[in-house]
Amino acid sequence: MRRPDGELEEEKVFKDPVHRYIHVRDELIWDLIGTKEFQRLRRIRQLGTTYVTFHGAEHTRFNHSLGVYEIMRRMVENLEKKGKWDADERLVCLASALLHDVGHGPFSHSFEKIFHMDHEKWTREIILGDTEINSVLRRMDDDFPLKVADVIAKTYDNKLLVSLISSQIDADRMDYLLRDAFYTGVSYGQFDMERILRVMRADEDQAVFKHSGMHAVEDYIMSRYQMYWQVYFHPVTRSAEVILSKILHRAKELLAQDYAFKLTPHHFLSMFNGKVTLRDYLKMDESVILFYFQEWEEEEDSILKDLCSRFMHRHLFKYVECDPSKQMVIWQELRDLYQKIGLDPDYYLVIDSSSDLPYDFYRAGEKDERVPIHLLMPDGKLRELSRESDLVESISGKKRTDHKLYYPKDLLMDQTEFPEEKQRIMALLVNQEG
Amino acid sequence: MLHEHAKIMALINQTGEIEGRKKLQKIVYIAKKMDFPFYEKYQFHMYGPYSEELTLRVEEMCELEFVTEVKEQQTGYQHYRYELSDKGREFLSVMAEGFPEETEILQEMNGYSIRFLELVSTVLYFEELSREEVTAKVSNWKAKLNYTQEDVDKAYAYIGRLRNNTFAVLNRV
Repeated sequence: MRRPDGELEEEKVFKDPVHRYIHVRDELIWDLIGTKEFQRLRRIRQLGTTYVTFHGAEHTRFNHSLGVYEIMRRMVENLEKKGKWDADERLVCLASALLHDVGHGPFSHSFEKIFHMDHEKWTREIILGDTEINSVLRRMDDDFPLKVADVIAKTYDNKLLVSLISSQIDADRMDYLLRDAFYTGVSYGQFDMERILRVMRADEDQAVFKHSGMHAVEDYIMSRYQMYWQVYFHPVTRSAEVILSKILHRAKELLAQDYAFKLTPHHFLSMFNGKVTLRDYLKMDESVILFYFQEWEEEEDSILKDLCSRFMHRHLFKYVECDPSKQMVIWQELRDLYQKIGLDPDYYLVIDSSSDLPYDFYRAGEKDERVPIHLLMPDGKLRELSRESDLVESISGKKRTDHKLYYPKDLLMDQTEFPEEKQRIMALLVNQEG
Repeated sequence: MLHEHAKIMALINQTGEIEGRKKLQKIVYIAKKMDFPFYEKYQFHMYGPYSEELTLRVEEMCELEFVTEVKEQQTGYQHYRYELSDKGREFLSVMAEGFPEETEILQEMNGYSIRFLELVSTVLYFEELSREEVTAKVSNWKAKLNYTQEDVDKAYAYIGRLRNNTFAVLNRV
């Protein structure tokens, strides 16, 4: 039975390993969670291929979305207590937090790169299109879906609200850092979220933090820094990601060449021809992708077959550190040697750079480049974090770049054929390392 | 190798020196919207479209010494200038980057003020909205920059001109 104030008869709770409990008292939120588009997130892992390195990283975008909602619920409750909050915006804010990732597809990073897609565009289409989510949101009023979509796109007129969901310290990042640390089992990635929420204050356009809570914010910044290098950009995970991208490239290329697949990749056809409908997109999840990869292990095409086998059975590429400014001198020689031994360098010689996994390190930046984290000083003035914190200053100015060259060591070490060429390739690769 | 980096280097090579990270961000965004082959992902931020991917690529190119970054201290903030180095030119000559041949479009864009390019990129970001709605977004999100209706009209006129010119150039490639 519906109550006129939109609240559930009884508060619902989800048990959660990160936040202990996730509390739902609004019928709107409860019904959004029950939609098929939101339930689809159960079939999309939060960290893509990270499970090949950290076996615990099996958590999904569903868990994370609930977590972001819970943090936002607590933020709103705190801001309401401090009286600087427009109560009419509460549900816009909670629904936006819950739905912020609803447009993510399986292995988003690779898919978006290969097919030039943008999950944020799909999020908007799911919220505004003919979906169960749109029907639930429209029960509030006809403009409500657009408000939610605009908050997620960061173009909503209430800038404070946007900053709670998306800024350099927001509900999204706080949840994924804590959650990813928990599920990967790493000891870094911890910070005192309760303290951060307690010292958060509403400024005109953004949330700011009382100076007394600076150390909690420092911990959060350090956690971002460490999680990036230790978890998100782990070279083994990147190797799996490289292979995944190459599988998609190969399948796309084969389809363009009218290659006769043993099993027609129906789910991929619209992606390959660039005419993906919302219906097609929503059918894609990790189980579909892995099904095709398993099937493609039986294909005639030796490259597709090999890459799928590597991905499914974790026979990944090895890597060496690489300096592209030196690499450019030997790049053509390496490619020629690869061709000679019958290995296609477009698939088996891959440079992966830190910019291939964009991750926003904290930087104060140039004036008006982007909004930094501000501390609220005892005199009421705002001061950018790295100007107060030596710790943040020490890491925010550093260049953090990395390039690795991935290659199939097993094939190059098998010297039954082309031993001289393969030795030369290995020598060139190893010299890179040095 | 580093194909996306090479395109940014080609852009810097064509524009000459670029004053400021923010300006580089807006030039790449506007060029991307004009169908130049850039694939950096942009999101809307307080100061208009911004790409973390581009920021990281520029850092990488500076570290590889393909691009020269000059820092200047300005009223509490760092200000940056970018130029292609000799090493960067050498890299460009080795790596085919699939970037349109030299045109005046990018040079002309670089000649505009950052204030104007921020407006142009914001108008482009909201281009699916009506002109009235875009003007309202600009006055809300860019209140501190005090854009006038005349500024918005100029931005639209520039975008129209840019579209015609880039269409001709990109279809020549």
